Amino acid sequence: MKVEVNISLKEGVLDPEGQAIDNTLRNLGYNNFDNIRTGKQIILNIDETDENEVLKQADKMCQELLVNIVIENYQINIIKDK
Amino acid sequence: MRTAVAIFPGSNCDRDMAVAIKKITGKSPLKLWHKDTEAPNLDLIVIPGGFSFGDYLRCGALAARSPIIKNIKNHVSRGGALLGVCNGFQILIEANILPGSLVRNKKLLFTCRETTLEVQDSIQSPFLSSFNTGDCLNIPVAHNEGNYIANNELLKELENNGRIAFKYKKNSEIETDYNPNGSLNDIAGILSENGRVLGMMPHPERSISSLHGGTDGLKFLTKSIEQIVG
Amino acid sequence: MKKRNLELRDINENEYIAQQESNLDQALGMGLSKDEFELICNKINKIPNQTELGIFSAMFSEHCSYKSSKKWLKTLPTKAEHVIQGPGENAGVIDIGNDQAAVFKIESHNHPSFIEPYQGSATGVGGILRDVFTMGARPIALLNALRFGSVNHPLTKHLVSGVVKGIGGYGNCIGIPTVGGETNFNKSYDGNILVNAMAVGLAQKDKIFYSAATGAGNPVIYVGAKTGRDGIHGATMASAEFTESSSEKRPTVQVGDPFTGKLLLEACLELMQTDVVLSIQDMGAAGLTSSSVEMASKGGLGMHLNLDLVPIREEGMTSYEIMLSESQERMLMILKPGSEEAAKLIFNKWDLDFANIGEVTNTGRLVLDKNGFEACNIPINPLVEDAPEYDRPYEILQNKKIIKSDDFQSNQTLNDILIKMFKSPNIASKKWIWEQYDSSVMGDTILCNGKSDAAIVKIHGTETKKSLGKGIAMTTDCTPRYVKSDPIIGGMQAVCEAARNIAASGAKPLAITNNLNFGNPEKINVMGEIVGSIKGISQAASTFNTPIVSGNVSLYNETNGQGILPTPVIGMVGIIDEVESCLGISAGNNNTLIILGQKQNFTEGWLGCSLYQEIIIDDFDGAPPPIDLRTEKQIIETIMTLNNNKLLTGAHDISDGGLLTATCEMLFENRLGLNVNLPKTLLSSNSKDHLLHSWCFGEDQNRIIISTNESDKVVSLLKENLIDYYILGTTNTSSNLNLNELDTISVKEIYNINESTIPSLMDTYKS
Repeated sequence: MKVEVNISLKEGVLDPEGQAIDNTLRNLGYNNFDNIRTGKQIILNIDETDENEVLKQADKMCQELLVNIVIENYQINIIKDK
Repeated sequence: MRTAVAIFPGSNCDRDMAVAIKKITGKSPLKLWHKDTEAPNLDLIVIPGGFSFGDYLRCGALAARSPIIKNIKNHVSRGGALLGVCNGFQILIEANILPGSLVRNKKLLFTCRETTLEVQDSIQSPFLSSFNTGDCLNIPVAHNEGNYIANNELLKELENNGRIAFKYKKNSEIETDYNPNGSLNDIAGILSENGRVLGMMPHPERSISSLHGGTDGLKFLTKSIEQIVG
Repeated sequence: MKKRNLELRDINENEYIAQQESNLDQALGMGLSKDEFELICNKINKIPNQTELGIFSAMFSEHCSYKSSKKWLKTLPTKAEHVIQGPGENAGVIDIGNDQAAVFKIESHNHPSFIEPYQGSATGVGGILRDVFTMGARPIALLNALRFGSVNHPLTKHLVSGVVKGIGGYGNCIGIPTVGGETNFNKSYDGNILVNAMAVGLAQKDKIFYSAATGAGNPVIYVGAKTGRDGIHGATMASAEFTESSSEKRPTVQVGDPFTGKLLLEACLELMQTDVVLSIQDMGAAGLTSSSVEMASKGGLGMHLNLDLVPIREEGMTSYEIMLSESQERMLMILKPGSEEAAKLIFNKWDLDFANIGEVTNTGRLVLDKNGFEACNIPINPLVEDAPEYDRPYEILQNKKIIKSDDFQSNQTLNDILIKMFKSPNIASKKWIWEQYDSSVMGDTILCNGKSDAAIVKIHGTETKKSLGKGIAMTTDCTPRYVKSDPIIGGMQAVCEAARNIAASGAKPLAITNNLNFGNPEKINVMGEIVGSIKGISQAASTFNTPIVSGNVSLYNETNGQGILPTPVIGMVGIIDEVESCLGISAGNNNTLIILGQKQNFTEGWLGCSLYQEIIIDDFDGAPPPIDLRTEKQIIETIMTLNNNKLLTGAHDISDGGLLTATCEMLFENRLGLNVNLPKTLLSSNSKDHLLHSWCFGEDQNRIIISTNESDKVVSLLKENLIDYYILGTTNTSSNLNLNELDTISVKEIYNINESTIPSLMDTYKS
């Protein structure tokens, strides 16, 4: 089963990358936006069919490796094939 | 000889490049600031290494959207010579002045060390016309995203039309680590279609003294400048 | 009064809480003692509100007040003719001639690096760079002294990988070369690694900037990045009460932004070219609190700030949070009145915040406004001068047990030991680490990262027709197992090794910055380690006329009651007049290797506390090798004389791993061989003989191996000056190290082990 893990910085943690992008977008003339936060997405296929089990395993991977739980948050979504 | 170094917030090899150019021409290059919308006629513009805009988003991506880029493109269309080193190379790619992509080093580690470059059989270019195919230059690299990639079509175009300037050279049969970033076909630098734009990962400006880094970089820059002046 | 507070409550609930009276429990929660809380109440004649208490707790912390170590730090030698600024400023400053000054300091970021290795080490580098450019110096080099736990510990690889990436991440991006330092592993650091970063900068002697505030009425300017809730101590009552129903616990990790750091560096140096900066201080630990208090205190003045004008990144920040935030890349400056607009233009050019947040006063008080109310009004003096200073009980334990070669029982050959030596990550090449650091940016790095005993960076713009210019030599050193066994000798040895390294690279030792990393000073033996090593450092530093001009103390490095090995790191700076006369460690072919400081009749080496001992018994014991400061000084002067006479091709000091280890390191680069000239009494010994082992691996101090192709001249000069020496042999191209007919050691094999040890430890780890 395919899952995506969306990782973002916890609220309040400085996001220098977001700030630099914010600045450049404004220099390009975009001003109708606010509060850019960057993050990363990891997609993986877990060899398992039970949704709960998939979420459980993905969560374990996040805790153990994928996410820097000191400064990052994460969200796991199951991707349903069309 | 009118030269300039383009400076972006986060550039950090601009001084080193200016020192190298002054050593050759006796004159400090003009400094172009990323917000400059006008620039005089120049013979050579160098985009130096560094971490423009902190390498955020993608290396070179934010710099490639700076006002100065329009000037640089005009300079190129006038037939001016343009050299992008390291982050400068990344900016040229993000600005669509050179093709392909530079991604993270294969080992996922920043790498700072000596490399040997082999001059390739290339089209006419002021940067290479003083060198013979197969000549070797020892010039250091220092980067995190120097792994050049291109699709098959582009790679063929580059290989077949003499647009590869340098490749990392294997110094001995047993050497496994000669390519510092895992780039495709060991590519270290590529040329524009007309040969007047060169993007390269290694830093020639760090190899201008016999006491440290050697002088191959100085040789390369000196010959390039001689040829550009014509 | 109540009515006012009610009004404030209407505006901002959290700020209202911050302005309420604190109590003893809250003080204890912030790390203050009962006595300290009472002292504060007495000195300010009221019960502090929570913001005021937070400011006191920060200023009274070990980090800001040095309360456990101050008594002893005062005994360090800090003066010499060449010292322009000693301890007490952002960094130390020494005169290096030509109207130039070297500005340098070392600082620890141990705990943050253990919690979050990448950001912890990155902000460590950023912080030390700001300390240097705050003084008006352009940073030209970075070094770092790292101590990790045992390589077998499950966290070690993760920490090494993260710390190295973090150091590179900041240093490479900001464009300052990382040229040296040291990395060691020992199980005592399993739960408490050490990350000490050192920065060296260059300034014009008459353009040094200091932090003392001047002139009542002058504007106080905040520049750099915005203030967020970074690094505010999560454990304190304040944050617990302020974040009402926050679903996630707020992280206290500061994130480094080398890009903004670079902009701040350039903007500050550009502004300093004008004459409008009266004083400047970086916002490091305890952020706006320590910077404003220290500036006001040093100037004997007060400060009145409006916290509503501080650029903030997050909404609803309270006075408590703004004062205690440790957001990075920020500076506080006092400018000449009327110069604000011109200064602002420079910071705007670099896309940085610039805010006039208040003024210098002559009240001697720190007054802070927030939301139109007075959030803090306290006298400055008690924050600094009345900060506690403890005379903690101590006992200096000195292990006097002499370990003899006869004490060892093992059946290993010299080759076996040598292989184990280079399989030890403490000895093996750290190339895997160094290659991740940009060591050549700025184009002035002459020797770095293991090519020489000390790194050499050319001083930009000092080229003459005769010479390529002057250079600065830098090193960091400490042998913690010696300090553990005998703090006094260990302290001395750290200074001696640093001076020896500077001299062996062809330079003259000038001054020291130190980073004193210890466990809990409330333990009598740990306090003994602190006192003992300061005594040792003082004696040695006085001998070499290399005063301590800056430094940092990091205490309470413990986990579960287990302290780290005492680690007083010495960062030393020296000068070389012509960089072309610098010395690397590699010998050329047909060079004679001569050991300075080794007597002809030397047969039994010192094995107590040696790496040899660690390899055989997996621990260390006994007295560390003794130090003779007079001899050390002589050796250092001798190598400088030999080098001035252009008689040397290389030099390498004998330290960890002893004579044979050092010899191998000199042969590696060119894969040379050597027929070792053994003393007569050892000629017939076999390769398992422990006496021979002690000769090869003993760590007797005061020794440097030099390589020369003018051995006759060298020897006559040594004889003339009555210097002990021992001729080790002449290098050849065989790539074999021969000790006697029985033992041939392949230099190539040892070299390959040396190169592969750390990569093979790290490559199995994917971060």
